Amino acid sequence: MTSSLLALSDLHVTFSTRRGLVEAVRGVTLTLGEGEMLGLVGESGSGKSVTGFAITRLLDAAGRITAGDIRFRGQDITRISAGDFRHLHGAAMAMIFQNPRAALNPIRAVGDQIADAITAHKRMPRGEARAQALELLRAVQIRDPEKRMAAYPHELSGGMCQRVMIAMAISCNPALLIADEPTTGLDVTTQKVVMDLLTGIAAERGMATILITHDLGLAARYCRRVVVMEQGRLVEEAEPKTLFRAPQHRYTKRLVAASPTANSRIADLVPEEERGRRIAMQVAPRPRPAPGTPPLLEVQKLAKRFDQGAPAVADFSMMISAGESVGLVGESGSGKSTTSRIICRLIDPSEGEIAFEGQSIGHIPARDFHRSPFRRDIQIVFQDPNDSLNPRFTAFDCIAHPLLRLGGMRAGDALRERVEECAQRVGLEIELLTRFPHQLSGGQKARVGIARAIACRPRLLVLDEPTAALDVSVQAVVLQLLDRLRREDNLAFLFVSHDLNVVRMMCDRTIVLQNGRIVEQGESRAMFDNPKTAYTRELVEAVPHIEPELAEFAT
Amino acid sequence: MAAFGATVIRAGRRFLSSLPALFGVLVFTFLLMRVLPGDPAVFFASGPNAGKEEIEVIRKQMGLNKPVPEQLMLYLYDVGSGNLGRSMMTGQLVTKDLRERLPASLELTFTALLIALLSAVPLGVLAALRQGSIIDHGVRFFCALGVCVPTFVSGLLLIYVFYYLLGLAPDPTGRVDIFASLPPRRTGFLLIDFLLAGDFDGWWAAFRQLILPALSMALFVVAPLARITRASMLVSLGSDFVRTARSVGLPWWRVVVTYALRNAILPVITIAGIVFSTMLGANVLVEKVFSWPGVASYALDALLSSDYAPVQGFVLLMATVFVIVNLLVDILYGIADPRVTIG
Repeated sequence: MTSSLLALSDLHVTFSTRRGLVEAVRGVTLTLGEGEMLGLVGESGSGKSVTGFAITRLLDAAGRITAGDIRFRGQDITRISAGDFRHLHGAAMAMIFQNPRAALNPIRAVGDQIADAITAHKRMPRGEARAQALELLRAVQIRDPEKRMAAYPHELSGGMCQRVMIAMAISCNPALLIADEPTTGLDVTTQKVVMDLLTGIAAERGMATILITHDLGLAARYCRRVVVMEQGRLVEEAEPKTLFRAPQHRYTKRLVAASPTANSRIADLVPEEERGRRIAMQVAPRPRPAPGTPPLLEVQKLAKRFDQGAPAVADFSMMISAGESVGLVGESGSGKSTTSRIICRLIDPSEGEIAFEGQSIGHIPARDFHRSPFRRDIQIVFQDPNDSLNPRFTAFDCIAHPLLRLGGMRAGDALRERVEECAQRVGLEIELLTRFPHQLSGGQKARVGIARAIACRPRLLVLDEPTAALDVSVQAVVLQLLDRLRREDNLAFLFVSHDLNVVRMMCDRTIVLQNGRIVEQGESRAMFDNPKTAYTRELVEAVPHIEPELAEFAT
Repeated sequence: MAAFGATVIRAGRRFLSSLPALFGVLVFTFLLMRVLPGDPAVFFASGPNAGKEEIEVIRKQMGLNKPVPEQLMLYLYDVGSGNLGRSMMTGQLVTKDLRERLPASLELTFTALLIALLSAVPLGVLAALRQGSIIDHGVRFFCALGVCVPTFVSGLLLIYVFYYLLGLAPDPTGRVDIFASLPPRRTGFLLIDFLLAGDFDGWWAAFRQLILPALSMALFVVAPLARITRASMLVSLGSDFVRTARSVGLPWWRVVVTYALRNAILPVITIAGIVFSTMLGANVLVEKVFSWPGVASYALDALLSSDYAPVQGFVLLMATVFVIVNLLVDILYGIADPRVTIG
């Protein structure tokens, strides 16, 4: 085929690690036409990013292409010299990276960085290069481009940094653009704006684009053709519509099921054939609380001000009854994490009342709260399963720690039984208890974090983005686990998340925060199906849905 | 410009906050000197056979008969009015002695630091670029050697090779040849004074005197500087923004120098500040070996003869230099890294 811009045939990439050679990409064959937009989808470890880096020859020193070739405009670019490749970099192919702030030089003004990218391929005076850089900043729709020329990356938001990165990547009009998770870590609304911008520019300038992402919805929204990778191999290639309606490969089926959509229910997240082995648990409906009992948690007019500036949280009131699940959504900076931390008494509020079962706990300073009997009742599951586990503690120690400190238990058989029981409840194999966090997978670490939180049998669990760092298929299992635990123990959840689809599934009620204030709240499904405020509507619309028709099809 | 102003304010605040520490150093050394064994009055009496009366007279003359708190108050008052006392050894004011000797020490230390930086940074960069290669191991070996060999040994070795065997270096006896004429004193730094006087032969002679002691000091501090450069260069080279720089096709040297090295140099600045302060105080061995008329050897002589005033003056001077160097590092850091001004 002569019309294709890029053609990979039987590409193999191997990394040499301490434990020997690891094949990250095992035989990938695909072609990309001029101006085409291709989605490359897979979970972590699928080799999707490695494929992208292999094409642009930006692999780590440990990685090598061991077999196959990459033809770019008919020329095998795996065999050309480093010096020749430098003339392709930026001029013919460019990349956009995952973490935009880290991808920019922290001590060089962004205007200079863009100008650097221009002068790398065209000889011109510095002034002219800066003028072109300014034009590019305008093209990526940065407000006040003249002012932003002299800004450093730390002075810009994540979305702005990604625009600068896009400006750098398109500075020399490359024919191929590889975007590696370009919007992961950005807010949904920013994600939409950046993706719209990126696809608009690519279409306008006729650049072929490979969108590498873990988010099926994102790929479906922006790409004509989607390729699914698993463990270094391509497993399926199709138009998004066919892919989602009738996935052929077993892995694709699982991935499609696990991706939460507007209408998915928790039970649907794992495909039927795999669901069978777990016997559906029959749980009696929640007993109605006797009239007159105070709600589990009642928050009145909570406010938090840090040193100066606008309050992080203001006038926040809410209620959770036993066994209820309440979602807290909002963009970064909306105060949702601050609020959740005040409620689980890790930081002190500036104003307001917090009552747990009618007893005020807001006045107990956060530093002394660990001595309060309510510490056992309110527990937390943290966002990052890696950083929230002590690297020197085994999984057993992690789970035993709250039992020793709060539960008043002593080391011995009783403790071991209790820890093993917790591990079983979260589906963690007993053999894994002796391992250290770095020897566990992301999903296993998340289970340890949950087991630790439920060890003391709390009644309110605050979950701060508990699945944000997990792959969708792992997220599906963890969400099911959380939901089951809630039903079994009549636990109440305060579920903090930026993922509206997850909140919609998990929570009875949802509160939407913006700039520290509640803008809307109500029953989750009703509110998201029919948002009343503009902000909520904007949030809902920004979520990439797999297929509206598909959603109807499913119901 | 606003960033510059912020840096100045930060530096000023930092200076003010270090004043209590300086005061603490002052009191501590005063008390320490009183606790150390040895009676200066006995030492400064006319001879070993001096009578009790004579010693008593000297004690009274030196104010040693007063209670210690009163001595401390008197001392603080003197320091406050710029009087560091008189050295019994040289018979001169301590401030005058220090002012004469400090430029010699500073000149030596500055040169040594310059040599160390000029060799350590390229070595570290090279080692990082060729990680695990022969060059990397060579640099590591050289650094280990530099740290293992004490400065007086390397100084003596350098004298043996360049003075005794090769005859390239002049006598290791101070800053200038005894018979050479000194330039008019303006800054006290001979290299600068000779230049200002337009005396290039003199400059060359002073430079030749300076190079061996500076080299032996530099050898000792190359190791920490090169190690830090290598480590931070490795971090920098593995960072996302260097990958970005490569992805847009920047030339190799631009990636290494403008992107990687300029970021990697930040911790090197911090270490260089610490190394400088340590060198200034700890180069007494080099000063002794090369008969260099610096402050460190002056303070050592004073200490050995229980001469309080110079030692206290020296410690105060070192503390002040340390504070000033840290300030300079702070300012340099603020210029090199735009992020710190907001922190």
